[in-house]
Amino acid sequence: MDLTELYQSVILENNRRPRNYRKLPEANRIASGNNPVCGDEITVFVQLDGDRIADISFQGAGCAISQASASVMTQRLKGRTLAEAETLFGRFKEIVTEGKPDDEDLDLSAFAGVHQFPARIKCATLGWHAAINAVHGDSVTASTE
Amino acid sequence: MKPSIDASAPDWAALRDDFPILGQSVHGHPLVYFDNGATTQKPRVVIESLVHYYEHDNANVHRGVHELSFRATTAYEAARTRVAEFIHAASSDEIVFTRGTTEGLNLIAYTFTSRLKPGDAILVTEMEHHSNLVPWQLLAKRTGARLLFVPVTGDDGLLDLSGIEGLLAQNVKLFAFPQVSNTLGTINPAQELCARARAHGAVSVVDAAQSAGHMPVDVQALGCDFLAFSGHKMAGPTGIGVLYGRLKLLEEMDPFQSGGDMIASVQYDHSTWNKVPHKFEAGTPHIAGAVGLHAALDYLDAIGRPAIAAHDSQLARDAYARLAEVPGIRLFGPSGERGGLVCFGLAGAHAHDVVTFADQEGIALRGGHHCTQPLWHKLGIAATTRASFYLYNTPAEVDRLIGVIHRAAKFFG
Repeated sequence: MDLTELYQSVILENNRRPRNYRKLPEANRIASGNNPVCGDEITVFVQLDGDRIADISFQGAGCAISQASASVMTQRLKGRTLAEAETLFGRFKEIVTEGKPDDEDLDLSAFAGVHQFPARIKCATLGWHAAINAVHGDSVTASTE
Repeated sequence: MKPSIDASAPDWAALRDDFPILGQSVHGHPLVYFDNGATTQKPRVVIESLVHYYEHDNANVHRGVHELSFRATTAYEAARTRVAEFIHAASSDEIVFTRGTTEGLNLIAYTFTSRLKPGDAILVTEMEHHSNLVPWQLLAKRTGARLLFVPVTGDDGLLDLSGIEGLLAQNVKLFAFPQVSNTLGTINPAQELCARARAHGAVSVVDAAQSAGHMPVDVQALGCDFLAFSGHKMAGPTGIGVLYGRLKLLEEMDPFQSGGDMIASVQYDHSTWNKVPHKFEAGTPHIAGAVGLHAALDYLDAIGRPAIAAHDSQLARDAYARLAEVPGIRLFGPSGERGGLVCFGLAGAHAHDVVTFADQEGIALRGGHHCTQPLWHKLGIAATTRASFYLYNTPAEVDRLIGVIHRAAKFFG
Protein backbone atom coordinates (compact mmCIF):
# COMPACT_ATOMS: atom_id res chain seq x y z
CA MET A 1 0.00 0.00 0.00
CA ASP A 2 1.23 3.47 -0.81
CA LEU A 3 1.58 5.59 2.31
CA THR A 4 0.42 8.65 0.41
CA GLU A 5 -3.04 7.04 0.43
CA LEU A 6 -3.07 7.64 4.17
CA TYR A 7 -0.98 10.77 4.29
CA GLN A 8 -2.59 12.78 1.50
CA SER A 9 -1.06 16.17 0.81
CA VAL A 10 -4.07 17.85 2.45
CA ILE A 11 -3.26 15.97 5.67
CA LEU A 12 0.49 16.63 5.60
CA GLU A 13 -0.12 20.29 4.82
CA ASN A 14 -2.73 20.77 7.56
CA ASN A 15 -0.43 19.01 10.01
CA ARG A 16 2.47 21.32 9.17
CA ARG A 17 0.30 24.45 9.28
CA PRO A 18 -2.84 23.71 11.27
CA ARG A 19 -5.63 26.24 10.62
CA ASN A 20 -7.50 27.95 13.46
CA TYR A 21 -4.91 26.68 15.92
CA ARG A 22 -5.45 29.13 18.77
CA LYS A 23 -7.54 29.88 21.79
CA LEU A 24 -10.78 31.70 21.06
CA PRO A 25 -11.35 34.52 23.58
CA GLU A 26 -15.00 34.84 22.47
CA ALA A 27 -15.68 31.12 22.93
CA ASN A 28 -18.82 30.31 24.89
CA ARG A 29 -18.40 26.56 24.48
CA ILE A 30 -15.23 24.59 25.17
CA ALA A 31 -14.76 20.83 25.15
CA SER A 32 -11.76 18.52 25.28
CA GLY A 33 -10.80 15.23 23.75
CA ASN A 34 -8.27 12.84 25.18
CA ASN A 35 -7.09 9.43 24.04
CA PRO A 36 -5.02 8.46 27.07
CA VAL A 37 -3.52 5.25 25.71
CA CYS A 38 -2.38 6.95 22.53
CA GLY A 39 -1.65 10.29 24.19
CA ASP A 40 -3.55 12.53 21.76
CA GLU A 41 -5.12 15.58 23.37
CA ILE A 42 -7.29 18.31 21.92
CA THR A 43 -9.33 21.28 23.11
CA VAL A 44 -12.00 22.74 20.85
CA PHE A 45 -13.23 26.32 21.32
CA VAL A 46 -16.62 27.29 19.86
CA GLN A 47 -18.34 30.64 19.67
CA LEU A 48 -21.96 29.66 19.32
CA ASP A 49 -24.41 32.31 18.05
CA GLY A 50 -27.89 30.87 18.45
CA ASP A 51 -27.64 27.53 16.72
CA ARG A 52 -24.85 28.66 14.41
CA ILE A 53 -21.12 28.12 14.91
CA ALA A 54 -19.89 31.69 14.49
CA ASP A 55 -16.27 30.74 15.07
CA ILE A 56 -14.30 27.63 16.03
CA SER A 57 -10.67 26.90 16.87
CA PHE A 58 -8.58 24.20 18.49
CA GLN A 59 -5.34 23.45 20.28
CA GLY A 60 -3.75 20.13 21.00
CA ALA A 61 -1.01 17.63 20.46
CA GLY A 62 -1.07 14.40 18.54
CA CYS A 63 -0.28 12.61 15.32
CA ALA A 64 -0.64 14.09 11.85
CA ILE A 65 -4.04 12.43 11.35
CA SER A 66 -5.53 13.90 14.53
CA GLN A 67 -4.08 17.37 14.05
CA ALA A 68 -4.94 17.64 10.35
CA SER A 69 -8.43 16.28 10.98
CA ALA A 70 -9.09 18.93 13.63
CA SER A 71 -7.66 21.62 11.36
CA VAL A 72 -9.88 20.64 8.43
CA MET A 73 -12.83 20.25 10.79
CA THR A 74 -12.61 23.85 12.01
CA GLN A 75 -12.62 25.07 8.40
CA ARG A 76 -15.66 22.97 7.52
CA LEU A 77 -17.68 23.76 10.66
CA LYS A 78 -17.28 27.52 10.78
CA GLY A 79 -20.60 29.18 9.95
CA ARG A 80 -22.58 25.93 10.09
CA THR A 81 -25.73 25.25 12.10
CA LEU A 82 -25.77 22.48 14.66
CA ALA A 83 -27.80 20.26 12.32
CA GLU A 84 -25.34 20.86 9.49
CA ALA A 85 -22.43 20.08 11.81
CA GLU A 86 -24.00 16.74 12.79
CA THR A 87 -24.59 15.88 9.12
CA LEU A 88 -20.99 16.73 8.22
CA PHE A 89 -19.67 14.60 11.07
CA GLY A 90 -21.82 11.71 9.88
CA ARG A 91 -20.37 12.07 6.39
CA PHE A 92 -16.85 12.27 7.77
CA LYS A 93 -17.36 9.09 9.80
CA GLU A 94 -18.48 7.29 6.64
CA ILE A 95 -15.39 8.52 4.83
CA VAL A 96 -12.93 7.30 7.49
CA THR A 97 -14.67 4.03 8.32
CA GLU A 98 -15.77 2.95 4.84
CA GLY A 99 -13.32 4.82 2.65
CA LYS A 100 -16.10 6.36 0.54
CA PRO A 101 -14.86 9.70 -0.74
CA ASP A 102 -17.26 12.59 -1.17
CA ASP A 103 -16.60 14.19 -4.54
CA GLU A 104 -18.08 17.47 -3.34
CA ASP A 105 -15.84 17.70 -0.31
CA LEU A 106 -12.24 17.04 -1.28
CA ASP A 107 -10.78 18.14 2.05
CA LEU A 108 -12.86 15.66 4.05
CA SER A 109 -12.26 13.02 1.39
CA ALA A 110 -8.53 13.32 1.95
CA PHE A 111 -9.13 11.16 5.03
CA ALA A 112 -10.60 8.24 3.03
CA GLY A 113 -7.30 6.34 3.30
CA VAL A 114 -7.71 6.14 7.06
CA HIS A 115 -10.21 3.28 6.68
CA GLN A 116 -7.32 1.03 5.61
CA PHE A 117 -5.64 1.76 8.96
CA PRO A 118 -8.38 0.86 11.46
CA ALA A 119 -6.13 1.73 14.41
CA ARG A 120 -6.04 5.34 13.20
CA ILE A 121 -9.80 5.98 12.88
CA LYS A 122 -9.81 7.10 16.50
CA CYS A 123 -7.20 9.73 15.66
CA ALA A 124 -9.27 11.15 12.84
CA THR A 125 -12.49 11.41 14.84
CA LEU A 126 -11.22 12.71 18.21
CA GLY A 127 -11.50 16.42 17.34
CA TRP A 128 -14.93 15.95 15.81
CA HIS A 129 -16.28 14.25 18.92
CA ALA A 130 -14.93 17.08 21.06
CA ALA A 131 -16.49 19.67 18.75
CA ILE A 132 -19.91 18.00 18.77
CA ASN A 133 -19.74 17.79 22.57
CA ALA A 134 -18.84 21.48 22.68
CA VAL A 135 -21.76 22.65 20.57
CA HIS A 136 -24.12 20.58 22.68
CA GLY A 137 -22.73 22.18 25.83
CA ASP A 138 -21.55 18.82 27.00
CA SER A 139 -18.42 19.33 29.09
CA VAL A 140 -17.49 15.65 29.27
CA THR A 141 -14.04 14.86 27.80
CA ALA A 142 -14.42 12.98 24.55
CA SER A 143 -12.43 9.83 23.92
CA THR A 144 -12.40 7.61 20.86
CA GLU A 145 -10.29 4.80 22.34
CA MET B 1 23.56 -24.89 31.62
CA LYS B 2 25.70 -22.19 33.23
CA PRO B 3 26.25 -18.89 31.41
CA SER B 4 29.79 -18.61 30.20
CA ILE B 5 31.72 -15.39 30.72
CA ASP B 6 33.94 -16.21 27.76
CA ALA B 7 31.07 -17.05 25.47
CA SER B 8 32.40 -17.81 22.02
CA ALA B 9 30.64 -15.60 19.51
CA PRO B 10 27.29 -17.15 18.64
CA ASP B 11 26.18 -17.33 15.01
CA TRP B 12 23.57 -14.59 15.37
CA ALA B 13 22.22 -14.91 11.84
CA ALA B 14 21.65 -18.66 12.31
CA LEU B 15 19.78 -18.02 15.55
CA ARG B 16 17.08 -16.24 13.58
CA ASP B 17 16.00 -19.61 12.19
CA ASP B 18 15.06 -20.64 15.73
CA PHE B 19 12.21 -18.09 15.63
CA PRO B 20 9.47 -19.21 13.23
CA ILE B 21 7.67 -15.84 13.29
CA LEU B 22 10.65 -13.94 11.89
CA GLY B 23 10.48 -15.62 8.49
CA GLN B 24 7.46 -13.68 7.31
CA SER B 25 6.96 -10.55 5.26
CA VAL B 26 4.88 -7.61 6.46
CA HIS B 27 3.41 -5.20 3.89
CA GLY B 28 5.62 -6.82 1.27
CA HIS B 29 8.90 -6.46 3.20
CA PRO B 30 10.82 -8.96 5.35
CA LEU B 31 9.73 -8.37 8.94
CA VAL B 32 12.11 -6.40 11.14
CA TYR B 33 10.95 -6.83 14.71
CA PHE B 34 12.18 -3.93 16.85
CA ASP B 35 9.48 -3.97 19.54
CA ASN B 36 11.28 -6.29 21.92
CA GLY B 37 10.92 -3.93 24.86
CA ALA B 38 7.19 -4.63 24.68
CA THR B 39 7.51 -8.37 24.11
CA THR B 40 10.06 -10.64 22.48
CA GLN B 41 9.46 -13.41 19.96
CA LYS B 42 9.60 -17.07 20.98
CA PRO B 43 12.06 -19.69 19.75
CA ARG B 44 10.75 -23.00 18.48
CA VAL B 45 11.99 -24.84 21.60
CA VAL B 46 9.71 -22.69 23.78
CA ILE B 47 6.69 -23.18 21.51
CA GLU B 48 7.37 -26.93 21.38
CA SER B 49 7.68 -27.14 25.16
CA LEU B 50 4.14 -25.76 25.47
CA VAL B 51 2.81 -28.20 22.91
CA HIS B 52 4.61 -31.10 24.57
CA TYR B 53 3.29 -30.16 27.98
CA TYR B 54 -0.31 -29.95 26.77
CA GLU B 55 -0.03 -33.09 24.64
CA HIS B 56 1.61 -35.27 27.29
CA ASP B 57 1.71 -33.95 30.84
CA ASN B 58 -1.21 -31.60 31.39
CA ALA B 59 -2.90 -31.89 34.80
CA ASN B 60 -3.34 -29.69 37.85
CA VAL B 61 -0.42 -29.32 40.23
CA HIS B 62 0.15 -30.11 43.90
CA ARG B 63 -3.24 -31.68 44.60
CA GLY B 64 -3.31 -34.87 42.61
CA VAL B 65 -1.78 -38.26 43.21
CA HIS B 66 -2.19 -39.61 39.70
CA GLU B 67 0.66 -39.89 37.22
CA LEU B 68 -0.14 -36.82 35.10
CA SER B 69 -0.54 -34.61 38.16
CA PHE B 70 2.81 -35.85 39.38
CA ARG B 71 4.41 -34.97 36.03
CA ALA B 72 2.78 -31.52 35.89
CA THR B 73 3.89 -30.78 39.46
CA THR B 74 7.40 -31.98 38.73
CA ALA B 75 7.62 -29.80 35.62
CA TYR B 76 6.22 -26.76 37.41
CA GLU B 77 8.60 -27.09 40.37
CA ALA B 78 11.54 -27.85 38.07
CA ALA B 79 10.84 -24.53 36.40
CA ARG B 80 10.98 -22.82 39.81
CA THR B 81 14.34 -24.43 40.55
CA ARG B 82 15.62 -23.38 37.11
CA VAL B 83 14.54 -19.76 37.72
CA ALA B 84 16.34 -19.77 41.07
CA GLU B 85 19.49 -20.98 39.34
CA PHE B 86 19.05 -18.43 36.52
CA ILE B 87 19.06 -15.44 38.89
CA HIS B 88 21.28 -17.14 41.50
CA ALA B 89 18.69 -17.10 44.29
CA ALA B 90 19.75 -18.84 47.50
CA SER B 91 16.66 -21.07 47.41
CA SER B 92 13.85 -21.94 45.04
CA ASP B 93 11.50 -21.03 47.90
CA GLU B 94 12.35 -17.43 47.07
CA ILE B 95 10.78 -17.75 43.61
CA VAL B 96 7.10 -16.77 43.34
CA PHE B 97 5.46 -17.32 39.97
CA THR B 98 3.30 -14.40 38.88
CA ARG B 99 1.60 -13.24 35.69
CA GLY B 100 4.44 -10.83 35.08
CA THR B 101 6.43 -7.92 36.45
CA THR B 102 3.30 -5.87 37.10
CA GLU B 103 1.72 -8.54 39.27
CA GLY B 104 4.96 -9.05 41.19
CA LEU B 105 5.23 -5.35 42.00
CA ASN B 106 1.56 -5.21 42.95
CA LEU B 107 2.06 -8.19 45.25
CA ILE B 108 4.70 -6.27 47.20
CA ALA B 109 2.71 -3.03 47.19
CA TYR B 110 -0.43 -4.79 48.41
CA THR B 111 1.24 -6.76 51.19
CA PHE B 112 3.24 -3.75 52.37
CA THR B 113 0.01 -1.96 53.29
CA SER B 114 0.35 -3.34 56.81
CA ARG B 115 4.04 -2.41 57.03
CA LEU B 116 3.90 1.34 56.29
CA LYS B 117 2.42 4.20 58.29
CA PRO B 118 2.08 7.99 57.99
CA GLY B 119 5.49 9.60 58.13
CA ASP B 120 7.14 6.75 56.24
CA ALA B 121 8.28 7.25 52.68
CA ILE B 122 8.54 5.22 49.47
CA LEU B 123 11.36 6.15 47.10
CA VAL B 124 11.19 5.58 43.34
CA THR B 125 12.86 7.26 40.35
CA GLU B 126 11.58 9.67 37.73
CA MET B 127 12.17 7.03 35.04
CA GLU B 128 9.68 4.46 36.31
CA HIS B 129 7.42 2.47 34.03
CA HIS B 130 3.84 3.03 35.22
CA SER B 131 3.88 -0.49 36.68
CA ASN B 132 6.66 0.54 39.08
CA LEU B 133 4.97 3.83 39.96
CA VAL B 134 1.19 3.44 40.20
CA PRO B 135 1.27 0.53 42.73
CA TRP B 136 3.43 2.73 45.01
CA GLN B 137 1.11 5.71 44.51
CA LEU B 138 -1.76 3.54 45.70
CA LEU B 139 0.29 2.14 48.58
CA ALA B 140 1.16 5.70 49.63
CA LYS B 141 -2.52 6.63 49.49
CA ARG B 142 -3.56 3.61 51.56
CA THR B 143 -0.94 4.11 54.25
CA GLY B 144 -0.34 7.88 54.37
CA ALA B 145 3.29 7.35 53.38
CA ARG B 146 4.96 9.91 51.10
CA LEU B 147 6.24 9.14 47.62
CA LEU B 148 9.71 10.56 46.84
CA PHE B 149 11.62 10.60 43.55
CA VAL B 150 15.26 10.26 42.52
CA PRO B 151 15.55 12.84 39.71
CA VAL B 152 16.56 12.09 36.13
CA THR B 153 19.30 14.40 34.83
CA GLY B 154 17.68 15.23 31.46
CA ASP B 155 17.73 13.85 27.91
CA ASP B 156 20.86 11.84 28.74
CA GLY B 157 18.64 9.84 31.07
CA LEU B 158 20.87 9.20 34.06
CA LEU B 159 19.78 9.09 37.67
CA ASP B 160 20.97 12.13 39.59
CA LEU B 161 22.30 10.44 42.71
CA SER B 162 23.78 13.60 44.24
CA GLY B 163 20.90 13.92 46.71
CA ILE B 164 20.06 10.26 47.25
CA GLU B 165 21.40 10.04 50.79
CA GLY B 166 19.18 12.96 51.77
CA LEU B 167 16.19 11.26 50.15
CA LEU B 168 16.82 7.90 51.81
CA ALA B 169 17.23 9.63 55.17
CA GLN B 170 13.58 10.79 54.97
CA ASN B 171 12.34 7.63 56.62
CA VAL B 172 12.30 5.66 53.37
CA LYS B 173 11.02 2.13 53.96
CA LEU B 174 11.08 0.90 50.38
CA PHE B 175 13.16 1.93 47.34
CA ALA B 176 11.98 0.69 43.93
CA PHE B 177 13.84 1.33 40.66
CA PRO B 178 14.37 -0.21 37.21
CA GLN B 179 17.60 -2.07 36.50
CA VAL B 180 17.29 -0.92 32.87
CA SER B 181 14.95 1.91 31.84
CA ASN B 182 12.38 0.83 29.23
CA THR B 183 12.49 4.22 27.51
CA LEU B 184 15.91 5.71 28.17
CA GLY B 185 17.90 2.49 27.94
CA THR B 186 19.84 3.56 31.02
CA ILE B 187 21.52 0.77 32.97
CA ASN B 188 21.20 1.85 36.58
CA PRO B 189 23.83 0.97 39.21
CA ALA B 190 21.52 -1.56 40.83
CA GLN B 191 24.08 -3.02 43.21
CA GLU B 192 24.99 0.41 44.58
CA LEU B 193 21.34 1.45 44.91
CA CYS B 194 20.46 -1.73 46.82
CA ALA B 195 23.42 -1.17 49.15
CA ARG B 196 22.37 2.41 49.83
CA ALA B 197 18.79 1.29 50.54
CA ARG B 198 20.01 -1.41 52.90
CA ALA B 199 22.22 1.07 54.77
CA HIS B 200 19.09 3.08 55.53
CA GLY B 201 17.04 0.06 56.51
CA ALA B 202 14.91 0.32 53.38
CA VAL B 203 13.72 -2.67 51.36
CA SER B 204 14.99 -2.63 47.76
CA VAL B 205 12.76 -3.57 44.81
CA VAL B 206 14.37 -4.06 41.40
CA ASP B 207 12.19 -3.88 38.29
CA ALA B 208 14.09 -6.29 36.05
CA ALA B 209 11.55 -6.38 33.20
CA GLN B 210 14.08 -4.97 30.71
CA SER B 211 17.18 -6.64 32.14
CA ALA B 212 16.44 -10.25 33.11
CA GLY B 213 16.45 -11.55 29.54
CA HIS B 214 19.24 -9.31 28.33
CA MET B 215 22.09 -9.54 30.83
CA PRO B 216 23.30 -11.70 33.68
CA VAL B 217 21.20 -11.03 36.78
CA ASP B 218 22.44 -12.29 40.15
CA VAL B 219 20.15 -11.38 43.04
CA GLN B 220 22.76 -12.22 45.67
CA ALA B 221 25.42 -10.10 43.98
CA LEU B 222 22.91 -7.27 43.58
CA GLY B 223 21.93 -7.56 47.22
CA CYS B 224 18.29 -6.81 46.43
CA ASP B 225 15.31 -7.72 48.60
CA PHE B 226 12.90 -8.13 45.68
CA LEU B 227 13.32 -8.46 41.93
CA ALA B 228 10.49 -8.83 39.42
CA PHE B 229 10.46 -9.78 35.75
CA SER B 230 8.25 -11.09 32.93
CA GLY B 231 8.73 -14.28 30.93
CA HIS B 232 7.40 -12.82 27.69
CA LYS B 233 10.13 -10.18 27.52
CA MET B 234 12.81 -12.90 27.54
CA ALA B 235 11.72 -15.36 24.86
CA GLY B 236 9.16 -17.03 27.15
CA PRO B 237 5.36 -17.17 27.02
CA THR B 238 3.02 -14.36 28.04
CA GLY B 239 1.22 -14.65 31.36
CA ILE B 240 4.14 -16.01 33.38
CA GLY B 241 6.52 -13.92 35.45
CA VAL B 242 8.68 -14.12 38.51
CA LEU B 243 8.92 -12.31 41.77
CA TYR B 244 12.10 -13.03 43.67
CA GLY B 245 11.90 -12.16 47.35
CA ARG B 246 14.35 -12.67 50.18
CA LEU B 247 13.03 -15.66 52.12
CA LYS B 248 12.78 -13.93 55.48
CA LEU B 249 10.75 -11.09 53.98
CA LEU B 250 8.42 -13.43 52.10
CA GLU B 251 7.82 -15.38 55.29
CA GLU B 252 6.95 -12.22 57.21
CA MET B 253 4.56 -10.91 54.58
CA ASP B 254 0.81 -11.38 54.50
CA PRO B 255 -0.70 -13.29 51.56
CA PHE B 256 -1.63 -11.42 48.40
CA GLN B 257 -4.48 -13.23 46.66
CA SER B 258 -6.18 -16.04 48.54
CA GLY B 259 -7.94 -19.27 47.68
CA GLY B 260 -6.82 -22.75 46.80
CA ASP B 261 -3.20 -23.91 46.96
CA MET B 262 -2.07 -21.05 49.21
CA ILE B 263 -3.56 -22.50 52.39
CA ALA B 264 -2.32 -24.96 54.99
CA SER B 265 -5.70 -25.55 56.58
CA VAL B 266 -9.12 -23.98 56.17
CA GLN B 267 -11.99 -23.87 58.62
CA TYR B 268 -15.22 -21.97 58.23
CA ASP B 269 -14.02 -18.98 60.22
CA HIS B 270 -10.29 -18.90 59.65
CA SER B 271 -7.38 -20.35 57.71
CA THR B 272 -3.66 -20.78 57.97
CA TRP B 273 -1.24 -20.22 55.14
CA ASN B 274 0.85 -22.60 53.11
CA LYS B 275 4.61 -22.12 53.27
CA VAL B 276 6.51 -19.76 51.01
CA PRO B 277 6.34 -19.49 48.01
CA HIS B 278 2.99 -21.29 47.72
CA LYS B 279 1.46 -18.76 50.14
CA PHE B 280 1.62 -16.27 47.26
CA GLU B 281 0.30 -18.55 44.50
CA ALA B 282 -3.45 -18.79 44.99
CA GLY B 283 -5.40 -20.81 42.46
CA THR B 284 -4.19 -22.94 39.58
CA PRO B 285 -0.97 -21.36 38.32
CA HIS B 286 0.14 -20.93 34.71
CA ILE B 287 1.82 -24.36 34.63
CA ALA B 288 2.43 -24.38 30.89
CA GLY B 289 3.82 -20.87 31.17
CA ALA B 290 6.34 -22.00 33.78
CA VAL B 291 7.33 -24.92 31.53
CA GLY B 292 7.77 -22.53 28.60
CA LEU B 293 9.78 -20.12 30.73
CA HIS B 294 12.06 -23.00 31.75
CA ALA B 295 12.71 -23.73 28.07
CA ALA B 296 13.36 -20.03 27.41
CA LEU B 297 15.93 -19.80 30.22
CA ASP B 298 17.74 -22.86 28.86
CA TYR B 299 17.71 -21.28 25.40
CA LEU B 300 19.15 -17.97 26.62
CA ASP B 301 21.87 -19.63 28.67
CA ALA B 302 22.86 -21.85 25.76
CA ILE B 303 23.66 -18.65 23.87
CA GLY B 304 25.08 -16.92 26.93
CA ARG B 305 23.70 -13.82 28.57
CA PRO B 306 26.98 -11.85 28.45
CA ALA B 307 27.00 -12.37 24.68
CA ILE B 308 23.35 -11.34 24.39
CA ALA B 309 23.99 -8.21 26.46
CA ALA B 310 26.94 -7.23 24.28
CA HIS B 311 24.98 -7.93 21.08
CA ASP B 312 21.88 -5.91 22.08
CA SER B 313 23.92 -3.03 23.43
CA GLN B 314 26.09 -2.88 20.31
CA LEU B 315 23.01 -2.63 18.05
CA ALA B 316 21.57 0.11 20.29
CA ARG B 317 24.80 2.13 20.36
CA ASP B 318 25.17 1.85 16.57
CA ALA B 319 21.55 2.91 16.06
CA TYR B 320 21.99 5.81 18.49
CA ALA B 321 25.11 7.09 16.75
CA ARG B 322 23.59 6.87 13.28
CA LEU B 323 20.18 8.25 14.22
CA ALA B 324 21.98 11.32 15.60
CA GLU B 325 22.63 12.28 11.96
CA VAL B 326 18.91 12.46 11.08
CA PRO B 327 17.78 16.11 10.74
CA GLY B 328 15.41 17.17 13.53
CA ILE B 329 16.02 14.14 15.75
CA ARG B 330 16.13 14.28 19.55
CA LEU B 331 17.68 11.22 21.16
CA PHE B 332 17.10 10.10 24.72
CA GLY B 333 19.22 8.15 27.14
CA PRO B 334 22.96 7.85 27.65
CA SER B 335 25.23 8.14 24.63
CA GLY B 336 27.67 5.58 26.01
CA GLU B 337 26.83 2.32 27.72
CA ARG B 338 23.15 1.49 27.34
CA GLY B 339 20.68 -1.35 27.26
CA GLY B 340 19.37 -2.67 23.96
CA LEU B 341 16.98 0.10 22.96
CA VAL B 342 16.87 3.60 21.51
CA CYS B 343 14.14 6.20 21.99
CA PHE B 344 13.82 9.38 19.95
CA GLY B 345 11.60 12.24 18.89
CA LEU B 346 11.52 13.63 15.37
CA ALA B 347 10.69 17.31 14.81
CA GLY B 348 7.49 17.66 12.79
CA ALA B 349 6.68 13.95 12.86
CA HIS B 350 4.57 12.50 15.64
CA ALA B 351 5.70 9.11 16.94
CA HIS B 352 2.55 7.35 15.74
CA ASP B 353 3.09 8.68 12.23
CA VAL B 354 6.70 7.49 12.32
CA VAL B 355 5.55 4.03 13.49
CA THR B 356 2.93 3.81 10.74
CA PHE B 357 5.53 4.92 8.20
CA ALA B 358 8.03 2.27 9.32
CA ASP B 359 5.33 -0.41 9.53
CA GLN B 360 4.63 0.06 5.83
CA GLU B 361 8.22 -1.07 5.25
CA GLY B 362 7.77 -4.08 7.53
CA ILE B 363 9.59 -2.55 10.51
CA ALA B 364 7.83 -2.93 13.87
CA LEU B 365 8.55 0.00 16.20
CA ARG B 366 6.66 1.40 19.16
CA GLY B 367 5.41 4.96 19.46
CA GLY B 368 3.79 6.78 22.34
CA HIS B 369 4.56 7.36 25.98
CA HIS B 370 5.79 3.77 26.60
CA CYS B 371 4.12 3.85 30.02
CA THR B 372 6.49 6.53 31.31
CA GLN B 373 4.17 9.54 30.98
CA PRO B 374 5.58 11.60 33.88
CA LEU B 375 9.10 11.28 32.47
CA TRP B 376 8.07 12.65 29.07
CA HIS B 377 6.12 15.42 30.77
CA LYS B 378 9.31 16.38 32.61
CA LEU B 379 11.37 16.23 29.42
CA GLY B 380 8.72 18.21 27.53
CA ILE B 381 7.74 15.73 24.82
CA ALA B 382 4.45 13.83 24.62
CA ALA B 383 5.37 10.87 22.47
CA THR B 384 8.55 9.23 21.26
CA THR B 385 9.48 6.37 18.95
CA ARG B 386 11.35 3.37 20.33
CA ALA B 387 13.41 0.69 18.63
CA SER B 388 14.31 -2.13 21.02
CA PHE B 389 16.62 -4.97 20.10
CA TYR B 390 17.09 -8.63 20.90
CA LEU B 391 19.38 -11.50 20.09
CA TYR B 392 17.84 -12.18 16.66
CA ASN B 393 18.25 -8.61 15.37
CA THR B 394 21.07 -7.85 12.96
CA PRO B 395 23.18 -4.86 11.82
CA ALA B 396 21.46 -5.13 8.42
CA GLU B 397 18.13 -4.53 10.17
CA VAL B 398 19.56 -1.46 11.87
CA ASP B 399 20.54 -0.24 8.37
CA ARG B 400 16.88 -0.52 7.37
CA LEU B 401 15.84 1.40 10.50
CA ILE B 402 18.22 4.24 9.73
CA GLY B 403 16.94 4.38 6.15
CA VAL B 404 13.29 4.52 7.09
CA ILE B 405 13.78 7.19 9.77
CA HIS B 406 15.60 9.40 7.25
CA ARG B 407 12.70 8.92 4.82
CA ALA B 408 10.10 9.63 7.53
CA ALA B 409 11.91 12.83 8.51
CA LYS B 410 11.80 13.96 4.90
CA PHE B 411 8.17 12.88 4.36
CA PHE B 412 6.71 14.61 7.42
CA GLY B 413 9.25 17.43 7.79
